[in-house]
Amino acid sequence: MLEYLVLAGIALVVGGFLLRLNPLLVVVTGALATGVLGAIAHGAPLTPSALFAALIATLKTLGKAYNNNRIITLIWTILPLIGLLEREGLQERARHLIGRIGAATVGGILLTYFLIRQITSALGLTSMMGQAQTVRPLLAPMTEAALEKEFGPAPDKMRERVRAWSAAADNIAVFYGEDIFIAIGAVLLIVGTMKGFGVNAPPLAISLWAIPTAICALVIHGARLLTFDRSLKRQMGQDT
Amino acid sequence: MSPPPDFLPKTLDIHVAYDVAGALFALWAVLSLFDTTNRKRVLNALFWALVAVSFIAGDLIGDLGNGILVIVLAAIAGFFGLGLGKPQTTTLEERQARSQKHGDWLFGAALIVPAITFVLSVTLLLPGFLHTAPLMVFGQPFLGDQPNLRTVVSLVIGIVIALAISMLWLKPAPLTPFQEGRRLVDSIGWAAILPQALASLGAVFLAGGVGKAVSDLTSSWIPQDNAFAVVAIYTCGMALFTIVMGNAFAAFPIMTAAIGMPLIVGRLHGDPVIMASLGMLSGYSGTLMTPMAANFNVVPAVLLELPDRNAILNGVIRAQIPTGAMMLVANTALLYFLVFRF
Repeated sequence: MLEYLVLAGIALVVGGFLLRLNPLLVVVTGALATGVLGAIAHGAPLTPSALFAALIATLKTLGKAYNNNRIITLIWTILPLIGLLEREGLQERARHLIGRIGAATVGGILLTYFLIRQITSALGLTSMMGQAQTVRPLLAPMTEAALEKEFGPAPDKMRERVRAWSAAADNIAVFYGEDIFIAIGAVLLIVGTMKGFGVNAPPLAISLWAIPTAICALVIHGARLLTFDRSLKRQMGQDT
Repeated sequence: MSPPPDFLPKTLDIHVAYDVAGALFALWAVLSLFDTTNRKRVLNALFWALVAVSFIAGDLIGDLGNGILVIVLAAIAGFFGLGLGKPQTTTLEERQARSQKHGDWLFGAALIVPAITFVLSVTLLLPGFLHTAPLMVFGQPFLGDQPNLRTVVSLVIGIVIALAISMLWLKPAPLTPFQEGRRLVDSIGWAAILPQALASLGAVFLAGGVGKAVSDLTSSWIPQDNAFAVVAIYTCGMALFTIVMGNAFAAFPIMTAAIGMPLIVGRLHGDPVIMASLGMLSGYSGTLMTPMAANFNVVPAVLLELPDRNAILNGVIRAQIPTGAMMLVANTALLYFLVFRF
């Protein structure tokens, strides 16, 4: 039973999130607790020196992983460009563009974006578009403009819903597109893991078997996007 | 081939991208320090300076040094909090007027980044498809030797070029883009490093034996000969474990070792390649539903200024849950119908 002690670290993280404590602090505390509890579960004696050693070892694991994951934080190098273009009216221009396209609806714009994002991800171009690169400066202003064009000034709740759906379209499209590309991280990880089990899994086969799922994602989320305009109409009726 | 001249960086790889990010965060730290509108300007300066240290010197300060750095960052965010710098920006009316003046060229500037990322990535991917040697510059592989990092390096190069072109075109004061960038990074605040911290938490979970505990917990009560039940437990386990860890990559080796290999492949003779591919994709349903996947679900909520950004189920996650659930059903069905057939 002692081995389940490490799961207390997960409970700590979930509890901290539920209590709305600062997530960064929750994550670090959860990591340190898991490391120390893990050492106890693996038979470390309950002496101050042994627990301190476990704490230091955990700090090293945490620090090493943090350093190896710097690539995730690189995306913020785009902020000076986005800030400058926003200052010069990029979002206003994106809204203006939607005003010029007569047939543009929120669902229609999102479905078009979804298709482009899924196809480019399947070609390995996952960093080409994204939440900071395209959703905030272009997609969200466009969908908001389409919302206003159709319904006039919309309440904040609806604008926020449309923005959230813009972010969701980007995520879903990239998740179920990227695995079709043979050199993406997920495929390489599968190949490596399966090799560890003594199974030869060629990258091409892994990516081919991702195609049925990609089609399902397009059908499922595409259908939700096509009915999204109607759902917005209903919400507009209720809120006003 | 002669070695590269000493004054050039030996390789244009991920470390150059880290240096660019480090320089930018260092500049933000300095600009924060001089922003008297921000009551907490010293804390902001310290926080961004530590991020800069991580990018520039992360490989030099050792594992323990990095660990202490993370603790200090979390302590600043958790106990003191960051302030909001208020660099001057344009009003809505000014933006309307400027967007009229610049016209659709603004899109051109915004699309330079994807265009350059596209061109660089394609040049780098072609040798792989054509089975020719990778592109070499000064005797080193161009953009580094790790294929999956190259598109990110391309992205950062695209960003630098696009910023340079935009500054030449729009002629802002030299510091203006960086002040505008600081306005945005301050509005993101500590959430800027949350995804990186969560990814590190996953590593600590694995090192502490969380994976083995979870797999022991699930494999003890499985109906081992019911093929559908085994498949459903594998796919749902992938999703659930991803919800906890925030990352399907962490869940995959564990669930596959606990259930996939011994039961679906070993006992029921399913195809391991199909299982692996669809197993990983089942995990993505979990990614769509969890605040632990902060870079996908929390960062956009912050970037789009959603008021419920810190709620456990913010607007982005709520929009994704139905699709995530339906995709889990779809992947379970696909896995069940395909894995025993090929």
